[in-house]
Amino acid sequence: MEQVQVTTGISEDANLIRARANPRRRIGLIAGTTIINLFFVILILATIIPFLYMAFGAFKTNGELFATPITFFPAQPTMANMSALLSNFPYARWMLNTAIVAVFGTILSVLLSSLAGFAFAKYNFRYKNALYIIILVTLLIPYQVLLVPRFEVLQILHWFNSYQGLIVPNAVGAFGILLMRQYTLHVPDEMLDAARVDGASEFNIWWTIVLPLVRPGLAALGIFSFTALWNDFFWPLIVTTDPSMFVVNLGISSLVGPYDYQYGILLSGTLLAAVPVLIVFLFFQRQFIAGLTQGALK
Amino acid sequence: MATAQARIETGKAVNRRGWWVRNQRKIAPYLFVSPFYILFLVFGIYPIFYSLIISFFKGFGFAQKAFYGLGNYLFLFQDPRFGHALLNTTEYALGSLLILNPLALICALALNSIFVRWRPLKDFYRVALFLPFITSQVVITIIFARVFDTQFGLLNTLLGWFGIKPVGWLSDPNVVMLSVIILGVWNFLGGTMLFWLAGLNGINKDFYDAAAIDGANRWQSFWNITMPLLLPVTFFVVLQAIIGSYNLFAPVFLLTSGGPSDHSLTLALYIYNQAFQNFNVSYASAIAYVMTLFLVILSIFNIKLFGSWGAFESVQ
Repeated sequence: MEQVQVTTGISEDANLIRARANPRRRIGLIAGTTIINLFFVILILATIIPFLYMAFGAFKTNGELFATPITFFPAQPTMANMSALLSNFPYARWMLNTAIVAVFGTILSVLLSSLAGFAFAKYNFRYKNALYIIILVTLLIPYQVLLVPRFEVLQILHWFNSYQGLIVPNAVGAFGILLMRQYTLHVPDEMLDAARVDGASEFNIWWTIVLPLVRPGLAALGIFSFTALWNDFFWPLIVTTDPSMFVVNLGISSLVGPYDYQYGILLSGTLLAAVPVLIVFLFFQRQFIAGLTQGALK
Repeated sequence: MATAQARIETGKAVNRRGWWVRNQRKIAPYLFVSPFYILFLVFGIYPIFYSLIISFFKGFGFAQKAFYGLGNYLFLFQDPRFGHALLNTTEYALGSLLILNPLALICALALNSIFVRWRPLKDFYRVALFLPFITSQVVITIIFARVFDTQFGLLNTLLGWFGIKPVGWLSDPNVVMLSVIILGVWNFLGGTMLFWLAGLNGINKDFYDAAAIDGANRWQSFWNITMPLLLPVTFFVVLQAIIGSYNLFAPVFLLTSGGPSDHSLTLALYIYNQAFQNFNVSYASAIAYVMTLFLVILSIFNIKLFGSWGAFESVQ
């Protein structure tokens, strides 16, 4: 039977049995369970209702959006907002841009991070400690310090409004390297030595032995990178000025303000932008949470 | 062995290849980590130094600059807008530390307690509360534009049911930073709860059994076992709170543009405004460096308070 984790007290079963047996404690147990679960239900409602309000708003007419008192469910659902969105703005292009940046950025990030993590996990080389500390230090650098000069670097490279400009600068990060190093530490050294005896090159060792063994780590980092890249708004804000190169989050942010009175269009754009990551998350929850907690327990 | 044989058979021709085969193990790690360092050199190191240098200059746009010495820094210290930005950013950091984290810890404890017994329910709570964490800042900001709206907002309607008059969440200068904090709590509660959960699950249950045998009650167990053993997670979480406050940009950029009258201006937004709207890039760099200084000081405090538990173990 699945034992529930405890925070205080002796083993759970004993506690439960004792609580259920004693009438006074039993009331306490029932009361506590009701209150705590109610607390969570309220929290979840507070979390989900704004999402649903936005989702339903995408299908309301403008008149209904600005009616008082406000309504929750659309009285007359309409697809007008969606079609206006898709015809007036290059939304499909934005989605394509976002997909390209997210997918290629993730692949690049996962591969390069795994390579570097492998180096730090399984090799001893001169300056290893110094290089490692440099990686840790980069975690502390706030991006505002890098902002202006990176703009100029982009200018020199002519990488404005380009996919390279969006993907490459943030391709490999300290978080990814540290995460992959964690996972790579568990690969048995004997396997690597056996491969070397068989004449495999170091790169081959990484590609054919290490990668398959650290697959959970790759998945965790992959999901995390994908989400971060898809949701990123600030770097595309700096890199792209041409609306046809916007990513979807930047695109809908450009609708805020000028199109406030056409709120339905804005909400439908927002809904479509949020859905892909939601789907990816629902399929890969475990990997996502694993990647996140590994970083916390560093 | 293969190389020795090859050398005997083909003599000199294989020397180069033999050198590679023999030495690749030494060189490989450097090659493997090089992509990161090359990128870091171009997009990290160079910008850091360039940023420092131009903070000592003065000029508009990215072209002409005149040497200005410490002028930017001196101006910074008597700039009221910088004061506002620092104050607001600190308010947000305090909100993260004093509201978000205790709430997340309580949720984690509640989730782990015997009051939530059914495993699928526990998983459902975790996932449902995590949803805001994976949505983009822009989406969340747009959602909350509708929540905070004075006339048509969800919050004011909810308050109306209790007979409370509508609050100007985004228009009242005294409330606007609180609104941003509420947005932050909503955004990060699920994720922070997960961090705390990871920390709680890492505590050995035997400690509690031993304490119970010694007669400790729940409260004592919590303060003397749980809290100390959560120190590494606390360190990480405090660091996240500080970094999160310095990075706060999208909500204030899109919802309020730092208003009303700079009461929701954050450091990140102020730097962006100076660099890309006023084109005062040298001043923006100066602000960034002062901000980094604060970050370093706060990080040192963080390490002193919470970091003594092997958070910086050396490479092994």
